Amino acid sequence: MEMVKLTINGNEIEVPAGTTILKAAEQMGIDIPTLCFLEELSSVGACRMCVVEVKGARALVASCAAAVAPGMEVQTHSPAVMEARKMILDLMVANHPLDCMTCDKMGDCKLADLCYEYGVKESIFKGEKHNYPVETSNPFIMRDMNKCILCGRCVRACAEITGQDTIDFINRGFDSKIAPFFDTELVDSDCVFCGQCVSVCPTGALVEKQMSGKGRRWELSKVRTTCPFCGTGCNFDLWVKDDQIVGVASNPDAPANGRALCVKGRFGWDFVHNENRITTPLIKKDGEFVEASWDEALNLIADSLKEIKEKNGPDSFAALSSARCTNEENYLVQKFTRAVMGTNNVDHCART
Amino acid sequence: MQNLNEVRGKYQQQYKEKIARPRIVVGLGTCGIAAGGDKVMAALKEQVAARGLDADIDFTSCIGMCYREPMVEIALPGLPAVIYGDIFPDKVEKLLEGHIVNKTPVLEWAAFQIPGDAAPYEGIEVMEQTSYYSKQVRSVTSRLGRTNPETIVDYMATGGYEGLEKALAMDRLDVIEEVKKSGLRGRGGGGFPTGVKWSFVYGAQGEKKYAVCNADEGDPGAFMDRSVLEGDPHAVLEGMAIAGFAIGADEGYIYCRAEYPLAIKRLNMAIAEAEAHGLLGDNILESGFSFRVKIKAGAGAFVCGEETALLNSIEGLRGMPRVRPPFPAHKGLFGLPTVLNNVETYANVPFIIRNGSDWYAGMGTEKSKGSKVFCLTGKVNNTGLMEVPMGITLRDIIFTIGGGIQEDKKFKAVQSGGPSGGCIPTEHLDTPIDYDSLGAIGSIMGSGGLVVMDEGTCMVDVAKFFLNFTQLESCGKCTPCREGTKRMLEILQRICDGEGEIEDLDTLERLCRVIKSSALCGLGQTCPNPIATTMRYFKDEYVAHIKDKRCPAGVCKALLQYTILEDKCTGCGVCLRACPSGAITGEKKKPHTIDIDLCIKCGACIQKCKFDAIVKK
Repeated sequence: MEMVKLTINGNEIEVPAGTTILKAAEQMGIDIPTLCFLEELSSVGACRMCVVEVKGARALVASCAAAVAPGMEVQTHSPAVMEARKMILDLMVANHPLDCMTCDKMGDCKLADLCYEYGVKESIFKGEKHNYPVETSNPFIMRDMNKCILCGRCVRACAEITGQDTIDFINRGFDSKIAPFFDTELVDSDCVFCGQCVSVCPTGALVEKQMSGKGRRWELSKVRTTCPFCGTGCNFDLWVKDDQIVGVASNPDAPANGRALCVKGRFGWDFVHNENRITTPLIKKDGEFVEASWDEALNLIADSLKEIKEKNGPDSFAALSSARCTNEENYLVQKFTRAVMGTNNVDHCART
Repeated sequence: MQNLNEVRGKYQQQYKEKIARPRIVVGLGTCGIAAGGDKVMAALKEQVAARGLDADIDFTSCIGMCYREPMVEIALPGLPAVIYGDIFPDKVEKLLEGHIVNKTPVLEWAAFQIPGDAAPYEGIEVMEQTSYYSKQVRSVTSRLGRTNPETIVDYMATGGYEGLEKALAMDRLDVIEEVKKSGLRGRGGGGFPTGVKWSFVYGAQGEKKYAVCNADEGDPGAFMDRSVLEGDPHAVLEGMAIAGFAIGADEGYIYCRAEYPLAIKRLNMAIAEAEAHGLLGDNILESGFSFRVKIKAGAGAFVCGEETALLNSIEGLRGMPRVRPPFPAHKGLFGLPTVLNNVETYANVPFIIRNGSDWYAGMGTEKSKGSKVFCLTGKVNNTGLMEVPMGITLRDIIFTIGGGIQEDKKFKAVQSGGPSGGCIPTEHLDTPIDYDSLGAIGSIMGSGGLVVMDEGTCMVDVAKFFLNFTQLESCGKCTPCREGTKRMLEILQRICDGEGEIEDLDTLERLCRVIKSSALCGLGQTCPNPIATTMRYFKDEYVAHIKDKRCPAGVCKALLQYTILEDKCTGCGVCLRACPSGAITGEKKKPHTIDIDLCIKCGACIQKCKFDAIVKK
């Protein structure tokens, strides 16, 4: 592999060609702030928080998108860089509601973290702020475009992870905004409510509606789980408070799905705490369902199947399996049907 | 390889016969049409036919002198061509009577004459001796106003496609070398050496390559590219084909703004003619080189003049700049190596190949070779299109070619390079025009727009105007440009409204610095230039607005106060009747007064007062 030597803050480092300045600095333990950058998405260098000074360059360079070059001399925290970062944060804050006390993202907001780090308390600018109505018309996603910093992560997540291309930038200048076609509400667009956009939003512009008001982020713990909805086996974290699920967080390290989830996995967990949910086997006795133990229930099934096979022959039995089962479970269903019941009457809901 | 000798010979003969006839030529660029050239054309046709005059009627493109449009040229066989200015339909009869029937030019309307080999007429200035043209050169604009842009006959009869023919017989690297040696730099404003750019694309790996022409001219007051496209469309196509051959591209795109319908029409005609002559398309002149050109009409975004936003737009994406590197030379249109040049750059290429790099490098300065087309607009007497050698001074352009400031007012500043450029004050009027000198005084060459301002212009107001433009046209992608321009505009608005604070100047300076250094694309990085330069050269005006609550130029309405001078007012009552807000009171024949609380500062009273008794300050 071709290696490139450069210096960052006066220290030499050698990294593979094609590495970005951001990644090279990370290897040296230097933290360059980012907002629009996200590992799984393409790098667009839009927010400009990650700018660094490169000797000989005409302007500051977005380290998230610029590759290292031999002999490059980089300063990640020079006075010019610090001034630019502070000003950029100031400009974002100037057009931000600053209602952090009631914001559901408080405690998990990248904009707030960076303002804390760079000491941006309030903006020096007194001027117009956006005053968009907050969109609450769908059951899953709350969109408050007043809090949007236009980093474009949601646009890229929609295009690059989901492949849906539902949202993009509209208008120009100060009126730039992220929206579906013709600035409709999500519910009127071709949005599939996978919520990838929510999972990448660094501010409170996009939040899970179900989580709103259910607890501050620092009160929540994360519990890793596998989605029960289908056989894909998506992994994610549950946001949990007082043993109650309040929401779902993507886990970018999930082996099967990465950050991607569908509407069911991300938003369809409310059955867990539903009072009508069946939590033990039920056996019908005298026309009434009666709670039973697992042993009791499995024995009843085994005895009944044995009886059917003996009385009416193996072909009187058929198994229909579900796409909500894993591959392994589906394998077992057909194995059981063929080897134990002795019939080829096997089918699956996802076959056609 | 096939040569063009036969067809060229035929067209030269046709052209010779055309100009040997008595002829009347109307300037029908968009500029001429806007001034009423099409109506003049109709009147000429009607009267020539009705009177049975022996004269052909033809049209050409922009003749250059915007301030004299509509313009008409009349030439009789063997006699000088006379170019008339301000010819409206009501003048047609006298013009025909004089010049065609009586063979006597109408001196009072003549702008200049081109004698050719003939003896000049008395009493009409010869083109090269007029103050407008004496400092100009005519290379890339040489066909403008001289040939009919809608026929390949005129183009080929005047040396057209000789450059392509010559290039196709050369080694590709030699073509690039020739362009390098000419010293041609990008005429879109960046000034990157064209030959060097071509060599990058030549060396780039890609299954296919593109040559793209940036015709998305969007600076306020700039119309160089439109004039070239409308006046010499084949030159742009020929330049692109030469570039395509040199870099190994078989396809080209012209990204032309949709607001230039005539340019698009003439380009389409030119493409069709070139294809019919085998000069575009497959296996051009049997050389084995194929090149096709498509036109993509822009949808009206200023930022699409930025090269990567332009490429996105051609691809059907939103016009937003891409982060660079990778540069278009390596990853351009559809991810493939692409050379991007603007209209004027491409139009120069056929001349360079045909006449040789030494000829081109003979014009201009050491680091900025050749000529540059400018559009002079604003408060000058002679507005128009001009081509000048690099290195000419702003003073020559504004005071010799431009004929000085309107109404004998004082020159204050000139804005070069549009909203990305800077305001250049009097003390820099002798700056030679080249990429580096303009950069050194805080402005840029830009694509060639020059907007002249006189003493009646408020520089804070000018900065506000340009910031309003860039704010509206910011693509919204990067924070410094999107948010920063908005805050700069708000601060400028406050200063103009008399609500500025002295700390605002420091904030503006910091914003200028940060946006310049941290914005994503060229539009963002240069958008503070109008503020930075006006603050550098006219800081006292900013201070006057803030500290004294006064607009020295008398422009910013909120800071103006209208008063009636007691000793001059005759009490005629005209102002009282003109005032729409009832702010003026007074008895007849006694001095009137203005109630400043009621005054809406519309200026109606000043316009009506015959005694100069009302002042604003």
